[in-house]
Amino acid sequence: MGAKYVLQASQFQFLFDALTARGYQVIGPKLQDGAIVYDALSSVQDLPAGWTDQQEAGTYRLENRSDSAFFGYTVGPYSWKKFLHLPARKLKRGKSAEGEFHFVSENEEIPKLAFVGVRACELHAMTIQDKIFMGGIYRDSSYAERRENIFVIAVNCGKAGGTCFCVSMKTGPKASGGYDWVLTEVIEKDRHYFVVESGTGAGKEILAGEEILKELDCPLAAEAEIALSERIVEETACQMGRRLKTEGIKDLLYKNLEHPHWDEVANRCLTCGNCTMVCPTCFCASIAEITDLTGEKVERVQKWDSCFTEDFSYIHGGSIRKTAKSRYRQWMTHKLAYWIDQFGTSGCVGCGRCITWCPAGIDITEEAKGFYGDS
Amino acid sequence: METLERIIASHSFVQGLEEKYIELIVGCAANVRFEPEQFVCREGEEADNFFLIRHGKIALEIFMPERGATVIETLGENEILGWSWFFPPYRWHFDAKAIELTRAIAFDGKCLRRKCEENHDLGYELAKRFAAMLMERLQATRLRLLDLFHSKGAKLDYWGLT
Amino acid sequence: MDPFLTIPFVIQRVKKETSDTVTLEISRPDDRVKTHSPAGSAFSFLPGQFNMLYVLGIGEIPVSISGDPNHPEKLFHTVRKVGAVSIALSLMEKGDRIGIRGPFGNPWPVNKAQGMDLLLMAGGIGLAPIRPVLYQVFPERDRYNRIGLLYGTRAPEDILYESEIKQWRSKFDLEVLVTVDRAAGDWKGNTGVVTTLISKVSFDPDRTLVMICGPEVMMRFSCLELQKKGVKPENIFVSMERNMKCSVGFCGHCQFGPWFVCKDGPIFSYDQVKDWIGKREI
Repeated sequence: MGAKYVLQASQFQFLFDALTARGYQVIGPKLQDGAIVYDALSSVQDLPAGWTDQQEAGTYRLENRSDSAFFGYTVGPYSWKKFLHLPARKLKRGKSAEGEFHFVSENEEIPKLAFVGVRACELHAMTIQDKIFMGGIYRDSSYAERRENIFVIAVNCGKAGGTCFCVSMKTGPKASGGYDWVLTEVIEKDRHYFVVESGTGAGKEILAGEEILKELDCPLAAEAEIALSERIVEETACQMGRRLKTEGIKDLLYKNLEHPHWDEVANRCLTCGNCTMVCPTCFCASIAEITDLTGEKVERVQKWDSCFTEDFSYIHGGSIRKTAKSRYRQWMTHKLAYWIDQFGTSGCVGCGRCITWCPAGIDITEEAKGFYGDS
Repeated sequence: METLERIIASHSFVQGLEEKYIELIVGCAANVRFEPEQFVCREGEEADNFFLIRHGKIALEIFMPERGATVIETLGENEILGWSWFFPPYRWHFDAKAIELTRAIAFDGKCLRRKCEENHDLGYELAKRFAAMLMERLQATRLRLLDLFHSKGAKLDYWGLT
Repeated sequence: MDPFLTIPFVIQRVKKETSDTVTLEISRPDDRVKTHSPAGSAFSFLPGQFNMLYVLGIGEIPVSISGDPNHPEKLFHTVRKVGAVSIALSLMEKGDRIGIRGPFGNPWPVNKAQGMDLLLMAGGIGLAPIRPVLYQVFPERDRYNRIGLLYGTRAPEDILYESEIKQWRSKFDLEVLVTVDRAAGDWKGNTGVVTTLISKVSFDPDRTLVMICGPEVMMRFSCLELQKKGVKPENIFVSMERNMKCSVGFCGHCQFGPWFVCKDGPIFSYDQVKDWIGKREI
């Protein structure tokens, strides 16, 4: 365990400044369009201080808190994947001249980003995407370079949302690794501070983090402060709005590919793909060919795709997955079962976004129960 | 010289058939050969035979006025030709034509039917074998109904590439 | 090496195989530049692998390699016109440029068949990825026992590589049986589905390795028929097809049950996939 320090809420701007001075653009939570989203922050004023969210299946509402907590919400519709596995990315540009063609690979500017407020479930989601893009024989260099250039400031959750189930997925609410710093926000009657712990390892970001701690002259945390911060996270663990039984779930789903429950879900699923867009681990993408009018200049563009579209599984002659039933089955079975065979881990981190942002309120934890019932 | 009985016994159609039954049916059998292009039977004619093909190749054909003769299926070694003899009205439904030199054992349908009526155990043994063959042919036909190799009509003009 | 690196190749020859199928012979435009695979080695491939073929302004599709693995400098791809890219490829002429990424995917387990009977089954365009197997086994013919090729296609005029098949038949110890779904009266070959050929060819079920490529239904029925004859599921291999965009496991499109067809396949043993291959909409 690393040493723990205390950072005053009032020092947060200095933290931003220290990160900026080291060339990082600070990305964190802010209010936008009635939700808390992750975006570039210009100062601590951008943080959603005093705001929280109420989440239920198909429901998301912002509300005022009784205090001015910076991280008093759970998670919004965006995850950090949009900064690492970009929603749209030019792969290359091509030009044809006199029957020949040439490609220019896009020289991407890889920004140095400091993610402020990464939750435990989101850290796990990042580790899962690392396996997809960096864990096999092929490496997605764009993702890998972005991944190498982030400073991760995690936040242990001080509140669980109505659709949270990270405890079931063993991914939270306490950050267990994959960060440069982890904060626990503590609000007492007259105090607002963070208990800070450095990540283990010796990366350049970790060293930068230690420098910053020195610069800000943070004192070591007292035992009582540490105890309080730990109790906060323990309490969060008891507030989970949802629970998902994961015992034997892979075999259970493999055995039930033709279960009538899929038809029942299909009656409600609109195949809109919201769940795949908000999911922090969903990684599917398509590659489009975009040409100018002459057909001589082209761009190859990679964009997020969703297994809920009919086109997704198209092979000559038709799509493999024509029905809503098969597409929902593909998504959920991939997430909770295939993923285990593919990457040695569940594809679900229990963040609850797919439940909150489903316009039909379809709840993956409820749907899974449908199979435990009479397997 | 091979006896007719031994030849019949070596055909896969009668595999596992007890010798006493082979003795019973051999009386209805005769050795036949067909030259290439020789018709074995013609649609509509009385179906008074069926054949255990020993080697060679026979095409089942149907003639369409506008398209001419079309091959429905080919039959060869260890296969059998003809089941119309088993069911009224005992008429051939297709033309069958040898496309190679073909040797076969021909069975007299009337003779066999009589023996089957007299000895239902024999009838059952033969019926089982016909049923298995019918199932295989039906499954193969169902597969062909799918027209698996048919191009779904990718049209050049649809893609603006003509 | 960047798996998205597209290397320009030049069309050397376009051979019209059937009314809707062509074989492209392509090579690197500049011999001074060594062709590289995404893994960084000089371009070489194994039977059953595929390349991503790219037409500027149209797009990119996976196509199996149908040439000789001992001569990878001459690339062959047999393409059937079924969509925008394959149509564009079929309209290529000598000197035209296309882009290549690859090779990708796992190969047929050809070496595993040494000392065994080898049975190859192909349906329609499925003969294309089988051809490299023949090219590999012919120079080392004595390492294999009986080799049979069972090929089914729609009609006599749709038979791929017809003159080559005749050569193989006479030159190498290879039993070839061809059947068509439909034929005019002058067709002297077999008419019927490819599964009916299984009982016409001799092999030792205990010591036979089978490789099948064709429409999924044809592969499913062939596997059942082979099992009936006593061939073990672990000795039957099939080549799967799914939508592919990236070919390296990033895009997710080619998922088939727990597998990515692009990197875990396209070749699978029947033993691996038997519980999945008949499932609807997997």
